Amino acid sequence: MEITFLLNGETMRVTAQPTVTLLDWLRNDRGLCGTKEGCNEGDCGACTVMVTDDSGAKSLNACILFLPQLHGKAVRTVEGIAAPDGALHPVQQAMIDHHGSQCGFCTPGFIAAMATAHLAGRTDHDDVLAGNLCRCTGYAPIIRAARAAEALPSPDWVKDIPPVVDAAPYAPETLDELAAYYAANPDATIVAGATDVGLWVTKQLRDLTKPVFLHRCLDLQQISVTDDMIQIGAGVTMAAVLGKMGEYHPSYAELIRRYGSDQVRNAATIGGNIANGSPIGDNPPALIALGATLHLRQGDTLRQMPIADFFLDYGKQDRKPGELVTGVTLPRHAPDLRCYKISKRFDQDISAVCGCFNISVADGVVTSARIAFGGMAGVPKRAAAVEAALIGQPWTQETVTVAARAFGDDFTPLSDMRASADYRLQVAQNLLHRYFAQSTGQTATVLEVSA
Amino acid sequence: MSVAKPLPHDAAHLHVTGQARYIDDIPTPAGTLHLAFGLSDVAKGAITAMDLAAVRAAPGVVAVLVAEDLPFANDVSPSVHDEPLLAIGEVHYLGQPLFVVIADSHLAARKAARLGKISIKSETPILTIEEALAANSRFEDGPRIWTKGDVDAALAAAPRRITGRIDMGGQEHFYLEGQAALALPQEGGDMVVQSSTQHPTEIQHKVADALGLPMHAVRCEVRRMGGGFGGKESQGNALAVACAVAARLTGRPCKMRYDRDDDMIITGKRHDFRITYDVGVDADGRLLGVDFVQMTRCGWALDLSLPVADRAMLHADNAYHLPAARITSHRLKTNTQSATAFRGFGGPQGVLGIERVMDHVAAELGLDPALVRQRNFYAPMADGGLSAPQGAAHLPPEDISPRKMAVQTTPYHMPVTDFILHELAERLLETSAYHARRAAIMRWNARQPVLRRGIAFSPVKFGISFTLSHLNQAGALVHVYQDGSVHMNHGGTEMGQGLFQKVAQVAASRFGIDVAAVKITATDTGKVPNTSATAASSGSDLNGMAVANACDTIRDRIAACLAQLHQARIEDVHFAGGHVHVGGDVMTFAKAAQTAYFQRVSLSATGFYKTPGLSWDRIKGEGTPFFYFAQGAAVTEVVIDTLTGENRILRTDLLHDAGASMNPALDIGQVEGAFVQGAGWLTTEELVWDAKGRLRTHAPATYKIPACSDRPDVFNVALWDQPNPAQTIYRSKAVGEPPLMLGISAFLALSAAVQACGPHYPDLHAPATAEEVLRAVHRARG
Repeated sequence: MEITFLLNGETMRVTAQPTVTLLDWLRNDRGLCGTKEGCNEGDCGACTVMVTDDSGAKSLNACILFLPQLHGKAVRTVEGIAAPDGALHPVQQAMIDHHGSQCGFCTPGFIAAMATAHLAGRTDHDDVLAGNLCRCTGYAPIIRAARAAEALPSPDWVKDIPPVVDAAPYAPETLDELAAYYAANPDATIVAGATDVGLWVTKQLRDLTKPVFLHRCLDLQQISVTDDMIQIGAGVTMAAVLGKMGEYHPSYAELIRRYGSDQVRNAATIGGNIANGSPIGDNPPALIALGATLHLRQGDTLRQMPIADFFLDYGKQDRKPGELVTGVTLPRHAPDLRCYKISKRFDQDISAVCGCFNISVADGVVTSARIAFGGMAGVPKRAAAVEAALIGQPWTQETVTVAARAFGDDFTPLSDMRASADYRLQVAQNLLHRYFAQSTGQTATVLEVSA
Repeated sequence: MSVAKPLPHDAAHLHVTGQARYIDDIPTPAGTLHLAFGLSDVAKGAITAMDLAAVRAAPGVVAVLVAEDLPFANDVSPSVHDEPLLAIGEVHYLGQPLFVVIADSHLAARKAARLGKISIKSETPILTIEEALAANSRFEDGPRIWTKGDVDAALAAAPRRITGRIDMGGQEHFYLEGQAALALPQEGGDMVVQSSTQHPTEIQHKVADALGLPMHAVRCEVRRMGGGFGGKESQGNALAVACAVAARLTGRPCKMRYDRDDDMIITGKRHDFRITYDVGVDADGRLLGVDFVQMTRCGWALDLSLPVADRAMLHADNAYHLPAARITSHRLKTNTQSATAFRGFGGPQGVLGIERVMDHVAAELGLDPALVRQRNFYAPMADGGLSAPQGAAHLPPEDISPRKMAVQTTPYHMPVTDFILHELAERLLETSAYHARRAAIMRWNARQPVLRRGIAFSPVKFGISFTLSHLNQAGALVHVYQDGSVHMNHGGTEMGQGLFQKVAQVAASRFGIDVAAVKITATDTGKVPNTSATAASSGSDLNGMAVANACDTIRDRIAACLAQLHQARIEDVHFAGGHVHVGGDVMTFAKAAQTAYFQRVSLSATGFYKTPGLSWDRIKGEGTPFFYFAQGAAVTEVVIDTLTGENRILRTDLLHDAGASMNPALDIGQVEGAFVQGAGWLTTEELVWDAKGRLRTHAPATYKIPACSDRPDVFNVALWDQPNPAQTIYRSKAVGEPPLMLGISAFLALSAAVQACGPHYPDLHAPATAEEVLRAVHRARG
């Protein structure tokens, strides 16, 4: 495949196999060894680079970023964050001054993430750096450095303009083109952000059959908001979904804030998170609780369904060969929605249990209830028995206590390395209690408390 | 003088610009080959057949080696030769290397390594403590038992008896740079090995044995590691040996680095422990007798498990005087990764045992746990010692330990003569407002339906020295060039802790020059031989002294030369501010060096140091294994959710004793980082094996070290900056491991929060994941 992009300001025209990652190419082919491999699965951030496209600069994990995904973008590695004459970027100087590096192996990734956030004027450092693991410093000096650099201007040399490139055969530019290709080639591998498919290559050591890259298909990357609905294209990144949900569904936004990391959200798409059918993806429970509609397309044939119906069984979705998930529609208003993510670590962890509740109460009586969970079954699934036990009942502690028992009818969760079956079931029940406590104005999560 | 200055890490500029080179970044000669291991998929059994035809036929494969192909020693054990590089006939854990692939790329080697068809007659593995005890599967012939006094009589006579148990999980090192090595074959069969190791001499030794060569034919070099934490004390042997053997066979450079999943599946971790306790106390919570039983899973091979388990026993007292004690230690052999060194080396597990006792005693007696701890402290260092408070004395609110008390001894009969925790604890409790906050938390908890807060104080007293006494030595090599620049080398390795900078500060101080004039060079077994691992927090103590010794030799030669030339007395030659003062004359250090050169004075010297005064009998459990104790204390506040068990650290205050710090910035960095690492061990970091012995948490997706937001929101860290009474380099103290144990305060704060949920002692186990906290909440409620 022919790929054109900028690397530290210089135009690259590369011919490469589609599964060559940016990280391997930088280190093995370019001899740019500043960018490190820490985990090769997008969980540690040591390989973070700055990638600029038409929507701006963002941090990405180079270890699960295939070269074709860079066609038409600009990449800046740690080697390009200092000026060509060696002058340091403010975050680099601050990291030295504040003792932000010890062993130094994670540092290039931190620098790339910090410089990217600095360019955008972001000061939510804990969120910016949730995807960068450091085992030496305990993070405190890194945060001191990030704060110290806040007020200084971002140097011009890190401001990239992505190159104008021709369309590439592996990256369709329109949905029509993509749908036609996929219908004709149902064995093709759809690659959106590659935060999941990337691991097929780096960990399972698989080759990809007929990979098709979605990043140039702008038709899939639109969000439109009407008076009562929000439509999100399947190719919209989770970073963009987070931005929009902050406005309309803050609790869903808080869930997404803890979904992956900045690097992962900048790559991952909402369509990918739905289409891969994982029982532990965080979007489906929220979308089911919202009563979202899923849109699919096979060739010229369009289909839609309530999103819950898409998940048939573990590893099995209602998607035909060559059929694409094209987007999802959800209500604009859902003031009763609350989303809860339970994991071993708050940030950048896969949920043991993800529970989303959308319970409406009028005159003290439950009028509707949509409750959906991830991590409790082979698919993301509604808690139908609990919903039934709530609807029509007075919204009281007693009702909640009785209804919570019905989780045992809805779910028979598994035990694994994230949590035991007992814990999952108990937490599902207790999250209904949390929802009730919050509906009565109680402080009910540890993230609301400070020293 | 350059010591005591808060200089940045010597490589900070290289780190932030991506120029710092790690093993995998070193440019390799053309034709370099890459290695990967094929791993056992079962935990225990006999290998009946290995069909490697598909491996050999895979693209890019140059050769595949099994145990029979190894020319000399098939052994990568750091201790008793029980750890073959490649399995011989039997497998002992799931993940054990069976064969090694040599291929033209890292990816080709990894792909081929998965193609082996291995037949293993599977046997039931021994995985748990119970299974190992039942099978009497252990190292050494029986448990080690150390005693002090008549513990049975003390327990029988005690007004209160309290018994209990704590389980604590192991810990994956998660150094960001995985294990890596590069072997470069030389003329005449010699070998140069670049290794990410804390122990270059052992790499040299194991490679020499594997190649059938004397040690002089092998040179190991290491400039830096991307983190070590003990995980690179012995675990790099396999890669270095495999690369060297492959390089000998092919005549080509060979490199190996573990993919992260392989790294976590193959290499050892911190030892998990179960500690049971039976203690007798008086009504005030003073310990009268303690009976500990420590059980640890050492994994399949011995590695460093004996000294690790010994150190757990050596820290069963932590900061507390135990009038009568028995410590029994079972070192169990299981079909899991061979547990290895990890920052603290068993110390943290021993300390957590006695801190659990303090927590339990306070809960049973209804006392403030901080007060119970203070009451049980060792007697303070005699007045007038070097570490006597220089400012206002902060005396305890009551007469906790009479100052005139005779020197007390540890359970291993070592007198404790440098105990400073009375003053240090009082200072910290005051600056952290512990008592007021504890009262406020109790009021807050009473109002909350869902959340509970907890606050806890915990101290650490950590013994400094290798318990294998002969390891307490170090060498250095220093050259002064005729332009006055200095080349410094020593046996310590740099893994991020800032050792190189600290020791460079020593060298600069000895010569009175700027630290920039001192070139820090890679650790190299060809420059300084017979080095000890950079471990046991000893790096700056040992190597700082050795470098000072080498510098002083050269300085004295220069001084003698100049004194003669200038007709001055040697005592009137002074090195300061980049200059040398000779009587009334002044010259630059460069001029002095050049002058000495022209006078044919040797400007190169070795240096050596050995720690004085150590004697230790590990079988009897008696002697003086430590040169001194490093100390510190922590106060941590947490909040828990009683519906989900989710928990967070809200605030931590640390006060740590680094003696007279040689570099306060680097020392504070060690303290902060160690705290977070220690708290991670006891909270989110959970290792899970399934019933087949497969490690299920073998990547950062499933094994969760602390992330950025997991550090305390409020994080106050200070050094107790009094000089070490022991004669260490510039009276500093070791700082690498001791503050890890300050993380225990987070675990104890969680216990306090859980205790606020109900009347029963909750027996919180570690790691205190959300799930474990929720279980403990239920136990508290009964």
